[in-house]
Parts: sequence; structure tokens; C-alpha cells
Amino acid sequence: MAEAVSELHILWISEGMSCDGDTVSVTAGTQPTLEDLVLGLVPGIPRIHLHNKVLAYETGEDFVEWFRKADRDELGPFVLVIEGSIPNEQINGDGFWTSFGSDPETGQPITINEWIDRLAPKAWGVVAVGTCATYGGIHAMAGNPTGCMGLADYLGWDFRSAGGLPIVNVPGCPVQPDNFMETLHWLLRQAAGNAPVIPLDAQLRPTWLFGKTVHEGCDRAGYYEQADFAGNYNSPKCQVRIGCWGPVVNCNVPKRGWMKGVGGCPNVGGICIGCTMPGFPDKFMPFMDMPPGAQFSSQMIAPYGQLLRRMRALTNSTVDREPSWHHNEPELTSGYDPRWGNER
Amino acid sequence: MSVAGEERKLVEMAWDPVTRIIGNLGIYTKIDFKNREVVECRSTSSLFRGYSVFMKGKDPRDAGFITSRICGICGDNHTTCSIYAQNMAYGIKNPVLAEYIVNLGEAAEYMFDHAIFQDNLVFVDFCERMVKETNPSLLEKAERTPAPHAHIHGFRTIADLMRSFNPFVGETYREALQMSRLTREMFCLMEGRHVHPSTLYPGGVGTVASPQVFTDYQSRLLEFMDFVKRMVPMNDDVFDFFYEALPGYEEVGRRRVMLGCWGAFQDPDVVDYRYEHMTDWGRAMYVTPGIVLDGELITTDLVEINLGMRILLGSSYYDDWEEEEMFVERDPLGNPVHRRHPWNQTTLPRPQKRDLEGGNYSWVMSPRWYQQQTGDHLALDTGGGPLARLWSTALAGLVDTPWVTATGHSVKIRLPRSRRFPETELEWKIPRWANTLERDRARAYFVAYAAAMAVHFLARALDRVQQGDVKVFQEFAVPDEAIGCGFHEAVRGVLSHHLVIRDGKIANYHPYPPTPWNASPRDSFGTPGPYEDACQGLPIFEENGEADFKGIDIMRTVRSFDPCLPCGVHMYSGKAKILERRHSPMLGSFSPPGDRRHP
Repeated sequence: MAEAVSELHILWISEGMSCDGDTVSVTAGTQPTLEDLVLGLVPGIPRIHLHNKVLAYETGEDFVEWFRKADRDELGPFVLVIEGSIPNEQINGDGFWTSFGSDPETGQPITINEWIDRLAPKAWGVVAVGTCATYGGIHAMAGNPTGCMGLADYLGWDFRSAGGLPIVNVPGCPVQPDNFMETLHWLLRQAAGNAPVIPLDAQLRPTWLFGKTVHEGCDRAGYYEQADFAGNYNSPKCQVRIGCWGPVVNCNVPKRGWMKGVGGCPNVGGICIGCTMPGFPDKFMPFMDMPPGAQFSSQMIAPYGQLLRRMRALTNSTVDREPSWHHNEPELTSGYDPRWGNER
Repeated sequence: MSVAGEERKLVEMAWDPVTRIIGNLGIYTKIDFKNREVVECRSTSSLFRGYSVFMKGKDPRDAGFITSRICGICGDNHTTCSIYAQNMAYGIKNPVLAEYIVNLGEAAEYMFDHAIFQDNLVFVDFCERMVKETNPSLLEKAERTPAPHAHIHGFRTIADLMRSFNPFVGETYREALQMSRLTREMFCLMEGRHVHPSTLYPGGVGTVASPQVFTDYQSRLLEFMDFVKRMVPMNDDVFDFFYEALPGYEEVGRRRVMLGCWGAFQDPDVVDYRYEHMTDWGRAMYVTPGIVLDGELITTDLVEINLGMRILLGSSYYDDWEEEEMFVERDPLGNPVHRRHPWNQTTLPRPQKRDLEGGNYSWVMSPRWYQQQTGDHLALDTGGGPLARLWSTALAGLVDTPWVTATGHSVKIRLPRSRRFPETELEWKIPRWANTLERDRARAYFVAYAAAMAVHFLARALDRVQQGDVKVFQEFAVPDEAIGCGFHEAVRGVLSHHLVIRDGKIANYHPYPPTPWNASPRDSFGTPGPYEDACQGLPIFEENGEADFKGIDIMRTVRSFDPCLPCGVHMYSGKAKILERRHSPMLGSFSPPGDRRHP
């Protein structure tokens, strides 16, 4: 494992094809909060210097200078966070799709692609935040003009950072705030030499966050088991027949909620549109139609579920009544016997 | 402040990217330091993603989910606006309860977004650390100036207030971050997730309308009330101090009063989403749509507002669509629809080199509003959102609720009793100028406006739920052919979505968020966009000279519009080659207190 790091810069570029929604989302995080991290209140991690456009004190060239220093090997260890999908800049002639700062020589914008080429190989670790940066996301939808893609598509899935790490993908559109903060926290503990290498799956996601499906953590899954499905969005029941892809989507949001346990998706009435997935969005559209698989599975489960529901209703009606000895009559009928086991 | 007949020494200065905003923005200006004036400025954006292009051919019901992804801080405004447009196209309306749920969600969005933007992004420009670097003598004065509302907010002097804005270490800064989380929880209760909502659908919401969801919201709203009641007087103290301590500061970022507001918060009892009735239900909104020109309200009619929209090119990286298909020749009332109207736009991206020498320099187009009486294509701005909303609402005098009342010259906002403070009435009065400080001040008042309206919506929603109404969704079918338009207020100003459906698919879809209006480049008539206009002629109050110039007055001005660049900007100055390019000294970003790194 690489040498323990005591001080670390976080260089965050949100100028990919993004909406900056992942940065905004992360400001909602509390496990830990961004300010606790920056103020050095979280134990076991290096001292952090955060450089993020939305929160930066500096502006313009003063801000870009941190990135230029990293490029000149003058910064020290840094984690590069990329937000937004990476456009194909080979298809637009003299133009550009997105940029960050300008080239002092030519006055022309510096593309994100150029920044990634320069900085990724020098970074201790590289993190892709949000589904755009991880897998292309909404801007890489069929019919898009920019040819954009995820960071691993651009750098190669076998990319290794200077710290020997693969890209760390934290998908979500936007990223669930604490999924990101928790991942970052692990990486920072790892950088400080206090944690083993972060466990990632084949899609480079932290396993403890994306190892289960939406459905496995959804409090509406009980309705599914009983084949009791919502027919429209008025219903608080399982939404697989009205567009929810929860059973096949890797995401922990219904379990975790969106912030401090509040909100989410199918758990609060919003169909799962698969926004954490490499196949998002095209493979889930039209979003409000029943997924083809659900048509089959929700019918398969009908006989079992309906029987179960009837039997449970019977049991429920039994347990829904108090025992017969709860009464205000002159005689005690509770079966009271101070010497247990004595046959009368 | 023009200096005629005199040789001027101009220095080109660039800020690219502008930070503490959403999206990609750069500023290139030409400054006359001797006469302390910004002489020229242009505005361009360096990001193109192509929503209008890749939405063609998709299922129209997907539009709300997709367009949310345009913006990472107010994506829900897009979903909401898309649903307004889709409802019109599908010929449906949301159930009453759903409309209240959306209003409560959007109110929480205004509270969250304005608070985080003001206290965590804008106020860094007014914080002690910054003012010490840019205007040391002003800070000295602030140290000696008692804060008029100290008895409410607890900060003895103006400098104490400024210290509380210092990033990450200041008390107000950190409290605001916490409040931004609290209000986002309120948002999530109504719309599922922030910033891309999960529970909004055309035809209503999927939010489970149990009493619990509303009591959860209520307890948080109560907590937020104490914060609002302190925040507004804090804002007043800081901005009033600037006017007093820096005579002439009213000219910073000042522009002709030319404000647009497209209305927010539907009245569920009036809105039916039919275009034919749009004038009426538009005027019933709890923020009144309108265009304010030179202080006069020239219209509150959404149909008139709609028909006046023109999308111009001139300095943008697109081919023109003059020869392309017309999608909508006449609106449902029979009025002719212009070729340059969003309904008839075809987006044809043409990537090219940035040409700041009189060529194309932006991915943003130039939306304008055509005033029939004068034939002018007005470069309306949104005043960052709140300034236009309050101004239009105040003049129209239509909003009349137990908590918010428009008087014709002001907006009265009543906030109920909370844990620390008694019932409080605030009054936003129409200011003398549309300038940097008034855009910022209006933002604080609009947080109070949204909180007060939330009290109203919550009471109405609870009434219905406790009487057994749980209907939140209306079924519908997508027609083969239809058109729709939605008008809303994104947090930072006007938002419209225009939709054309053919063969049951999206044939054309054009969202126009606030930033294209504010951040637009020079149009085909040569008219500069609002950022450019507000910065040109800007007097400089910063005490630093050329060598260590930070451009704080320019930064305050640009940020006063609440730029949200995924919807688009860059600013650039004139033709002269860069004589000198100066950068201010480095300061450590978010290092622990006391740790300043000077590389």
C-alpha cells in the first residue's frame, strides 16, 4: 500500500457535462458533513484542502491555479473528483463542448478532457461522482450531439491512479449525499493508512453501498410479496406495474432515505428510474411504463401472493383482537395460577 | 460615467471560472483604473449538453424527469414547469392536494436555495476576510458601526456580522448550511429527493398524503421561522451599511428596470392549465407574473408574455433556424406565433472557436421580449429572481392571503409566532434602483415570502387531508398531437417550457431558464445581455489598485443575478489585446482557521 498521507488536496472539477447537482447534493451530507471534514473535526484522516468551484473562496485564475500547481507537480498528494460526463472533443472541429479555465497562451478554453489527461495520472485517487461522470448518464442519452461518456470509458476501465487505485465510481442522479461522503471518508482513512483498500465491484462501485437492490431495501416490497400492486400513483403500494425498476437496480436509497432518513424514491411514491445504473437513462425509458420484466414477475407471483394475502388477512383478524380475558367482569379468566405447572 | 475625448488606458482582466455559482462562467472585462470604471464586458458560456436536441422523439411523459437534470440546484423547478406544460398538452389538471404538495415543495426549494446561495456563496463577497482584502478602510468603519438590528440577530457591529459570513468558520455560514439541510428535508417530504425529485408526475404527485408528511414539514418550518426572522434584518443591516459607508454604491450593477417574472405557486382552485384561460389562472398565482419596465407594470398576462418571447442569435455557437419547419403557426387562441418563438425553434449546434473579437463567443442564445408598442426586443433580466418576483407582485396588488399581501407599492409578509420571536411583519418596499444590493436584499425577503406562503399552503393541505382527501394523481392519456407551455419561477427567475407533441412523441421541446435571459451575449441587434449591461460602466469601489485587484464589485454584481450556468455564461471585454493580466494573491481555500497558504 502507498505511503500514509498527512495532508491532501481535493481537486474537484464539475465542468463535465453536468448540472453541478452532485456538488449541491454533497452539501446536504451529514456522514460526515463537508464542513466537519474541512475543519479537521473527523479523526483518522489527513488534513483536507477542498477546491470546489461552488464553494471556493477564490475566483478565476486564483482558483484554477490550484489545478495548474497539481499539473506542475507542486501541490502534493491530491484526490481528483470528476463531476459530469466526458464529451467527445474529437468530433467538433475547432470548437469545444465544455471547458474549465483558459489557456494563457492562446486565450482559448481548456477542455475538461485536457485537464483529465493531465491530472488523472498524477492523482493519488480519482473519484467519479454522479451517474454522468461514472457511466455517461442523462447527457449520453441516445440522440445526444456531444458523444459524451463516463470517466472510465474515457480513461479506460483498467486505469490506475498514482496511488494504485482504480477509478472509484459513486453513481446516482444526483449522488445520494451520504453515499458520497461515506466513500470519501473511506478513501481519506485509507490515504492516512487507517483503512484497507476500498472494496469495489466490477462497475467500480463501493460494494457496501451498491451491493443490494432498491427492492431489497424498499418498504413497499411487502406489497409485492402479496401481489398487491399500485395501479396508479395515488396508491401507497408496490409500484412495479407503473414504472418502478427497483427489483433490478443497485441502489440503497429506499433503505437510507435521501437525507437523514427523509425522502427517497419508491419508498415515498417515486418510481425507481434506475438513475444509479450504467444503463441509465435509455434502458429505463419510457420511465412511466411497466418494465418488461415486471409484467412477467408480477403475474407469476399473483397466485402465491393472493393466497398469502388471504391467509394473512385471516391471521390478522385474529391478532387484531385482544385476548378474551381482558374484561371488567367480577370473575378473573386470565388462567392465573401462582404455582405454574400444577394441574388443578 | 463616460470619459469623452480622453485617451483611456484600459486593462483587460479575466475571471474564469467565476466560482460560487452553479455552472461554467468566466468574466473578461476591460477596466479603466484611472477613472475607476469597467468600460466593457461580454458574457459567454462554455458548456453545451443538448437537451433540446436529444429529447426529440422521446416519450413526452419523460420530459419532467429529463429536464430536471438541466439544473443541479433547482432541477425540481424544471420538473414542475414541465408538468405544467404537459398538463396543458394532455388537457388535465392536478388534483387540488397535489397542487398544494407541489407548492410546498417549491416553497422549500426557494427557502433552501436562496438561503444557501445568499449565506454560503454571495456573502463570502461581503465577509470580513474578503472586505479586509478589498476594502480595508470599509472594514475599519464596520468595526465602529453598531448593527441597527443587533437586538434581533445578536451581532453587535457590522464587522461582527461580516465575520459571521467567513467561509466554514463563521457562525452564520455554518448555521446557513444546517438550515439548507433542514429546508431540503422539507423539500424531500414533498418531492422525494433533492435536487432531482422522484415523486412528481404529469397529473400530480406520488407523495403519500398522510397527515405525517405534513406534520413532519410543519415541525421543520417552525424551526426555520426563527432563522428567517434573524436573517432579513441581518441583510438589511449589511446592505444599508454599504449604501451609507460607500456613497454611490447604488450605481454598482445598476441597470434599467427591465424585469420579467413568469409567476409561481398555482392557485389550485383556479388553475385548469387550459391555454385559453391562462391569463386568468396566471393572475391567480401566488407570485404574480409580470413585466416591469422603468418601474411600470406593463403586463401581467401570461398569454401576452408567451407571445412576446423571441430567441435571437448573434454571438452564439448555433446555426439559424429561419429555414426550418414551423411547428406552431397559431396559439390555441388564434394568435400568430413568431418564427423565433421557442415553439418554433430548432436547435442546431455549431461548435467553433471562441471569437471574442466580434464573432461568436457563447453557447447561450439571446432570449428577448418583444414589446409590440415600441418594437423593442427587450433584454429583460430576472433580478436574480426575487427582485422581479417581489416587484411584479407588489405592483400588481393581486396576492392577498392571510400571510402575504401585495399592496400596490410593497409586499407585506407576516410570519407567525415562533420559538424565539413573536409574530413578525416584514415589508418589502419597491427600491429606487435595480442594482446589485437590491437584487441581494430581495433574496432575503423572498425567503420570508416563501416561508409565509408555506404556512398558508400547509394549512390548506392539512384541512383537506384531515377531511379525508388523499387524491394526489389524475390519470391521463398522451394525445397524438398537442402543444403545451409551462410558466414558473425557477429560484433565480423566469422559467418556461415549450412542448410540441406529434405521433405521441416529443417533436420539439425548448426550456428557457433564467440564466439564458441574464447571461445572454450580444444579440443580432447588438444589444448586450443583462450581465454585460450591468457590468459596463460599473464604478469601482475596491481599494486595491491594478496590481492586486480582485474585482470584488464586479463579482458581487455577477453573483447578484444568481448565475446558474448549466443554463449558461462567460464574460469578455473588448477588442484590445491583453495589456496586462493580473491575479490577486492566492489564499488557501478551505484550510483550518488560521492556516493561510501563500504559494
